[in-house]
Amino acid sequence: MLFFSYFKDLVGREVTVELKNDLAIRGTLHSVDQYLNIKLENTKVVDQDKYPHMLSVRNCFIRGSVVRYVQLPPDGVDVELLHDATRREARGG
Amino acid sequence: MSWAGPEDIFLSTSLASYLDKKLLVLLRDGRKLLGILRSFDQFANAVLEGACERVIVGDLYCDIPLGLYVIRGENVVLIGELDLEREELPPHMVRVSAAEIKRAQKAERDATDLKGSMRKRMEFLDLD
Repeated sequence: MLFFSYFKDLVGREVTVELKNDLAIRGTLHSVDQYLNIKLENTKVVDQDKYPHMLSVRNCFIRGSVVRYVQLPPDGVDVELLHDATRREARGG
Repeated sequence: MSWAGPEDIFLSTSLASYLDKKLLVLLRDGRKLLGILRSFDQFANAVLEGACERVIVGDLYCDIPLGLYVIRGENVVLIGELDLEREELPPHMVRVSAAEIKRAQKAERDATDLKGSMRKRMEFLDLD
């Protein structure tokens, strides 16, 4: 549940989601669920020329299982906080 | 996907906000399906009405009508809402017939195969 909560805190921020098929999409994080499925708004494909079919896609749902990376805004990562939360979770909550 | 009540459908990751809209579904094998979302579940299994496959080869494209499709969720990569205000494809792309796109697809596949086999034959040169 840790990363679910973590991503929930990032809602409204600009992120870049890189998929396992190398497609990278930048957009505003709209929502996340327990599978880490992601909904993005105002999306823009990073390499637009290579993926012309994505031109008119503004909002999208990405299945959690196909995500390789989520690139976050630098100030969106608090390693200290994650570290603490991890230890708390490991101890059983 | 949580089973959200009607009031927070638009805040959740649920596909409910995409129901009855024209969508682009990207599949794991690279296929692009277009259609109207009529049903879905928590695995992203989805039912598309009036589905068609958009085949793109270079600057050519073709929409091949398929009918009603039930897609198994594990094959779904992305479901995108199509902005009806915007052009679906760049203006330089040309719509061609199904026969023509099949020919273009085959030509592209043959070219890739040839490139692969050429590379294989040259492997002893240790190019990289």
